[in-house]
Amino acid sequence: MTGLLDTLLAGLALGAVYALVALGFVIIFKASHVMNFAHGSMLLLGGYLTAVLHEHLGFAGALAAGVLATAALAGVVDRVLLQRLPQDPRAAHVATIVTIGVDILLVTDLARRIGGDLLSLGDPWGDRVRTFGPVTVPDSRLAAVAVSALVIGAVFALFRYSRWGLSLRCAAEDTEAAALQGIRLGRTRMLAWCLAGALAALAAVFLAAFPATGLERTTGQIALKAFPAAILGGLASPVGALAGSLVIGLTEAFVITYQSDLHVLGDGLSDVAPYVVMVLVLLVRPNGLFGAKGAARV
Amino acid sequence: MSDAAKHLPRLTAAVVPLLVLCALPFYLESYWLRIGLFSMAAAIGAIGLSLLSGTAGQLSMGHAFFLAVGAYGYVWFSGDPGPGLPPVVAMVLAVLLAGAAGGLFSPVAGRVKGMYLGIATLALVFIGHHLMLTLDGVTGGFNGRSVEPMEIGGLVLDSGRDDLVVLGVPFGAEERLWYFGLVLLAFTWFTARGLLRGRPGRALAALRDSETAASVMGVPVARHRSSAFVVSSMYAGLAGVLIALSFRRVVPDHFGLVLSIDYLAMIVIGGLGSVGGAVAGAFFVTALPLVMAKYADQLPLVAAPGSPDGSLGPTEASRYLYGAAIVVILLWAPDGLHGLARRLRSRLRSRLRREPPAPPHGPGPAEPVTPAPTTTAPSVPVKEHTP
Repeated sequence: MTGLLDTLLAGLALGAVYALVALGFVIIFKASHVMNFAHGSMLLLGGYLTAVLHEHLGFAGALAAGVLATAALAGVVDRVLLQRLPQDPRAAHVATIVTIGVDILLVTDLARRIGGDLLSLGDPWGDRVRTFGPVTVPDSRLAAVAVSALVIGAVFALFRYSRWGLSLRCAAEDTEAAALQGIRLGRTRMLAWCLAGALAALAAVFLAAFPATGLERTTGQIALKAFPAAILGGLASPVGALAGSLVIGLTEAFVITYQSDLHVLGDGLSDVAPYVVMVLVLLVRPNGLFGAKGAARV
Repeated sequence: MSDAAKHLPRLTAAVVPLLVLCALPFYLESYWLRIGLFSMAAAIGAIGLSLLSGTAGQLSMGHAFFLAVGAYGYVWFSGDPGPGLPPVVAMVLAVLLAGAAGGLFSPVAGRVKGMYLGIATLALVFIGHHLMLTLDGVTGGFNGRSVEPMEIGGLVLDSGRDDLVVLGVPFGAEERLWYFGLVLLAFTWFTARGLLRGRPGRALAALRDSETAASVMGVPVARHRSSAFVVSSMYAGLAGVLIALSFRRVVPDHFGLVLSIDYLAMIVIGGLGSVGGAVAGAFFVTALPLVMAKYADQLPLVAAPGSPDGSLGPTEASRYLYGAAIVVILLWAPDGLHGLARRLRSRLRSRLRREPPAPPHGPGPAEPVTPAPTTTAPSVPVKEHTP
């Protein structure tokens, strides 16, 4: 029973971090129909800046700097590179490949700087744990869940109540009509990219915190697991991203716990399980759990 | 002008490159031949992916999986743990196996669209990698397996026991495989063009442009989507066989996500939906890092391998250049190398046309020939389907 509770909590914490990343994918996809392959390297950039700066600025200052810098970079990538491309939703794959190029550049540079090191981010939680009755939880996991919940709540509120959120939803509904109403498409899009970049940088902190040992050059690959989370929920649905992330986080946590029982299926099953779940869901619902079935107009 | 004379330029345009390609093994070092071989294998796979993504409009990031099925299929069918069949038979079976793997995935491939399919096929890469590591009886596990050389009519395509010399040039494994690769590439090129220009190609293009319109015209949507997927996996399987033959060893880590992404980059850089573009993109993506790794230490700012920390090594330099090349090419020509070539050609043609006697109606007719970017640019990347 304790094992089950532990696993549930671990899955929840993992899901909360994935949700930050997956929400970024969804925001970007909603705003620009692009699948951002540079998301992992942006996450890594945020983590790296926090790690480098925390001795000078303190953790909070370094985190703020990392988040802002990553947001700025994401905005620049969109404005300077992607918005130059033809803005046809059907040509979005070109922009997607451009993000792959950006990812290669960023990852190469960061990997060269990080080398084989494990960077500490100087987070305040350290390796402290808390005990609630039979369950022991690391502080960092509690922080991950709490911060994610707050931030995601704030993002949803932005979507719902801010002018930018309204513009974004309008532009996603009908780009042309939105432009005719005077919505600045370029700026709306760029802000969406900035927000997604900021979320990714924030996620880096929790990915590098205890029980992980620190930030390494492969930390960015975590974004690959947020892909199934985003798809599972439906690429254009923020709520879906949230649900998908929880499903993926829980799946992974359970597979890790019961790996020894599943040994027949080979080692490293926890890396594959999210994808298997995704394929199964797509078989039943080709547009994801919360994806709207697009109405076809003849 | 007679018919033959009219076809002459096109015929030379087809024959001359072929002759040059056939002559290359007599002049190039085996290092360059190996780069050429890898590029040919990549070209075959890229043509397959181009059929799927460029024509059917389906994004696939699982190409590495089907390459792996082809490569491992060949190794198993021809090898010792395995039936040990003659290599040619093993190759055919490996291609069929890759097709069957694509067919197994068709319940997903037939229903899921666009970006969703892209990520769904990502699953194949991870699941495939897991299987390659787990089924070590078949795949040799982490260390992989060595590959039986191809044998056609008694001629072993290997650095063989017979010292074959043609016109004074010793023919080792690379030289022999070169011609084999050329034949496979030519086969792929013509069958793919045939598919694209025939009924299936048109059905797929209609499907890509408008699913509703296509189904109203009587194109069975799901069946065409899944059969495009199967055909594309078979080409990938063929490419996998050639990759296995030229590497002489297959290891799971080669067939990872990076390979899949490389293939996607190939067809987009080449220009979607064009067979020639896919080949050009394949050569670009495969050869560029290898060539750059060879010459990187001669570039400015790049240190020799083994220099102190913090300096820029050749591997990193080639990655930077690769990443930058992708970004720059696509910003400059969003419709890829194929679109770039087409624009250059039409500009050249309009210039040639302008030079001789002045056009009958003044500058008017010559002007519209130079492509007006505003009208062509947005529709080009997806619309283009002339191979």
